[in-house]
Amino acid sequence: MENSVGIIKKVSGPLVVAGGMRSANMFDVVHVSKHRLIGEIIEMHGDLASIQVYEETSGLGPGEEVLSLGSPLSVELGPGLMSNIYDGIQRPLDAIKAKIGTNLERGIQVPSLDRESKWKFVPSKKLGDKVVGGDVIGTVQETEIIVHKIMVPHGCDGEITGLEEGEFTVTEKIGTVKKTDGKIQNLTLMQEWPVRKGRPYKEKLPPDIPLISGQRIIDTLFPIAKGGVAAIPGPFGSGKTVVQHQLAKWADADIIVYIGCGERGNEMTDVLLEFPEILDPKTGKSLMERTVLIANTSDMPVAAREASVYTGITIAEYYRDMGYSVALLADSTSRWAEALREMSGRLEEMPGEEGYPAYLASRLASFYERAGRVITAGTEERQGVLSVIGAVSPPGGDISEPVSQATLRIVKVFWSLDSALAYRRHFPAINWLNSYSLYLDSMQDWFEKNIAKDWTDLRLKIMYLLQEEAELDEIVKLVGIDALGPNDRMKLEASRSIREDYLHQDAFHEIDTFSSTKRQYLMLNLIAAYYDLSVKALERGIKINQLIDLPVRERIGRFKYVTEDEIQKEFESVNAQLQKEIGDFSSVEEE
Amino acid sequence: MPKEYRTIQEVAGPLMLVRDVEGVTYNELGEIKLANGETRRCRVLEISGSDALVQLFENSAGINLDEGRVIFLGHGIELGVSEDMLGRVFDGMGNPIDSGLAIIPEKRLDINGVPMNPTARDYPEEFIQTGISAIDGLNTLVRGQKLPVFSASGLPHANLAAQIARQSKVLGTDTEFAVVFAAVGITFEESNFFVEDFTRTGAIEHSVLFINLANDPAIERIATPRIALTAAEYLAFDLGMHVLVIITDITNYADALREVSAARKEVPGRRGYPGYMYTDLACMYERAGRLQGKDGSITFIPILTMPEDDKTHPIPDLTGYITEGQIILSRELYRKNLSPPIDVLPSLSRLKDKGIGKNKTREDHANTMNQLFAAYARGKEAKELMVILGEAALTDIDKLYAKFSDEFEKQYVSQGYNTNRSIEETLNLGWKLLSILPRSELKRIKDEYIDLYYGK
Repeated sequence: MENSVGIIKKVSGPLVVAGGMRSANMFDVVHVSKHRLIGEIIEMHGDLASIQVYEETSGLGPGEEVLSLGSPLSVELGPGLMSNIYDGIQRPLDAIKAKIGTNLERGIQVPSLDRESKWKFVPSKKLGDKVVGGDVIGTVQETEIIVHKIMVPHGCDGEITGLEEGEFTVTEKIGTVKKTDGKIQNLTLMQEWPVRKGRPYKEKLPPDIPLISGQRIIDTLFPIAKGGVAAIPGPFGSGKTVVQHQLAKWADADIIVYIGCGERGNEMTDVLLEFPEILDPKTGKSLMERTVLIANTSDMPVAAREASVYTGITIAEYYRDMGYSVALLADSTSRWAEALREMSGRLEEMPGEEGYPAYLASRLASFYERAGRVITAGTEERQGVLSVIGAVSPPGGDISEPVSQATLRIVKVFWSLDSALAYRRHFPAINWLNSYSLYLDSMQDWFEKNIAKDWTDLRLKIMYLLQEEAELDEIVKLVGIDALGPNDRMKLEASRSIREDYLHQDAFHEIDTFSSTKRQYLMLNLIAAYYDLSVKALERGIKINQLIDLPVRERIGRFKYVTEDEIQKEFESVNAQLQKEIGDFSSVEEE
Repeated sequence: MPKEYRTIQEVAGPLMLVRDVEGVTYNELGEIKLANGETRRCRVLEISGSDALVQLFENSAGINLDEGRVIFLGHGIELGVSEDMLGRVFDGMGNPIDSGLAIIPEKRLDINGVPMNPTARDYPEEFIQTGISAIDGLNTLVRGQKLPVFSASGLPHANLAAQIARQSKVLGTDTEFAVVFAAVGITFEESNFFVEDFTRTGAIEHSVLFINLANDPAIERIATPRIALTAAEYLAFDLGMHVLVIITDITNYADALREVSAARKEVPGRRGYPGYMYTDLACMYERAGRLQGKDGSITFIPILTMPEDDKTHPIPDLTGYITEGQIILSRELYRKNLSPPIDVLPSLSRLKDKGIGKNKTREDHANTMNQLFAAYARGKEAKELMVILGEAALTDIDKLYAKFSDEFEKQYVSQGYNTNRSIEETLNLGWKLLSILPRSELKRIKDEYIDLYYGK
């Protein structure tokens, strides 16, 4: 459907203005110049179309041709997405490397899904079955652990008039549907979907199940729900990317979509090299088998950065529709916002705050709102989950800036990264006083049912101690530690244990990198027991210094490094030693 | 024969408008021929219909609207590269300024480079021994990393950079780094310091120098770092060398960028710097790295001075978001006479974890590094408390930490610009300092390493 041929009138960086485009539609994809650079129409003025070009525009000049393709920017959805790495407009970077080598020349055309490889399709519907958009008609084993469900495209309701088992490429016909208007439509393994439009679902459900991440501070203090949205703002060097990578590795999701948006090239390389090596604790297979990567590194064209988050979330929605739990990690949404700002500036729009366009907040909101736990479209009542976790990179670490503020208005979980903690090499550097999770109440039942009855009480006790510590610290800074009574000093000691033993977690330690909920619960128990027993001991007149110097505390500190199959035994042994050591004091005192 | 235009319409600041042009493209390089025979260079920033808005690389003095002629060359700015560039000195646009002959280029490369495909990158993981404990031990540099030095006016970043250039080597190999050095808007003295140092140590033989001094045209600075990186790419990926790129001072580059942006009346971002500065800086910094199947690598050490010593100023801020860590120099430590005055706590090397450990440095490296950081941070806190409340207010253990932090600064950080410590020496010194603390405090170190090294 190639129509509307226009002529370039103006080139200014990634913005190209073309004349003779009257018949093109807003947001149509266009090919610009003889290099066939991909762009998108973002404004129309009579005959003139403003086009954001997703590739470098050097060497373009007036008089060259612009060709509208008559359809909006879309992604290809089908088997072959998994384990792949794409650029911001879903071009496969691996295939590009095979074609042109190590650097990204512009104007390269490679289909998103490989047209050659064959997939074994197993139908699950039969002739005559009535189907609506979203119904599963069969499956393809995409990777060792992911069963790719082939769904009827939306707008294709009707009766199945043909469906074959066998080996197909993504574009070959696997069957036909006689639509309600009588037309016959071919079915293929692949379908397309415009990225700026959310994929439909039947119903949204409230988020009340946590997305367990194996990160103690997140799971215990500020958990995120399945289908929830979280933001991680933090200055550079505070560990945003490590937290994102940890979530990508360990979060309890079936599928991970990781968007590297305007970030370092080496970080994507790191994921590409590391993920295939790491085994998923649930399936025992490599993490790459369940991961899709979208990479628009900071040296890649800025306009494609704007598209990359939409490309990523559309792919994530597609897997959600199959009934999977999908986690989307976007690092970093600030770069996306800056791409918006750059285009807005070139369009000479009136700027809002700090030069960002006035529609920044609404764009962010509509992006995050695509998350959720849903009943998927179709007749089959599947439940799918899409959780979104976005990193924010506020200039100077100051979250009063527009992107952070607009994000905070939408998200329910806020993990505030703190450079002071990072300097002390306390990682993850999530500040426990500023962060919050609004899902705590709705998920309380789940925690009490699935982990332990006293989970909430333990959590509250920990939070109480940490808050007390912050207040006591102020006093200590003014008048010194000697001014505190033994009870207050005990609180400081217990908090120190919480901070150093519990909240501090080493992402690069083979055992500590993932902490099961059971381990979390046992550790909390030990620290709480130490505090409770010590408070009682203080009442009996035991000296605070004796309690501070208890030998068992070193074992509590090392509990996180104990292998998973020994934690119960170790817990009992440490607990017994703790009881004994504090008990021994009493007998000394009584003598 | 390219067309000559005599249609200069406007000249304002670094910008010039040429009318009635044909076939001119975005980012194309142009030449302006003045009446007196002088030639200056410019580049197309925007082309709208038959009007081309161009940016001058030199000053505009002497340009006459009627007499000036403009020729567009049909390509972007290119640098002619060759192996003969080693040992030579060039100006900020890549023309030789030493007494040597003109370079006969092997090929001509566009200075903007082409982004690397992230799937084609090879992860940087080879430890570079700089011989500086605060870097090797705590903020390890690896081959292919981009690690800036955040300095401030009056601090000895030049000495540090020269020391890195002089001492850097990869363990177990003899290959020396080729050094590409670009001076961007710095003074003659500072630039001369590097030239002298390179000459004194013989490093000049395998160095390429690009010099844009403070009195050279400011706008030329937009091209200088890119020219240097283009030369580095050629040496690294075409000739298979390991290249260390040092560019000083990025702050001057950013100011030149701001000047062009302001002249174009663009909506400014923070502090008047253009909103696209992140992308612009990233396109430079990201050219560092390693590529699969290529022998060479580019390790990039940009140096910038933080205005008002403020790390949240847009230039260090955006840089920190792109680069893989930062080395921060501190005025406070400089006053205490530490050399180099590296403030290790806010300094960071993001790639250190891949470059250290068994078979790379030593198995206890990661653990001791974390412990040194934690202990130094606690020691500094204790010392702050001591200032307010006096030494008596500290607990015994905090007194030890305070002592640790003093010794750490004196022995570990302040090693002087001519001491070259091997990684073994650095690690052993770390253990020596940790021995000030009781064993039970070393929570971040595995028992087996404590048994092996503690108190030895």
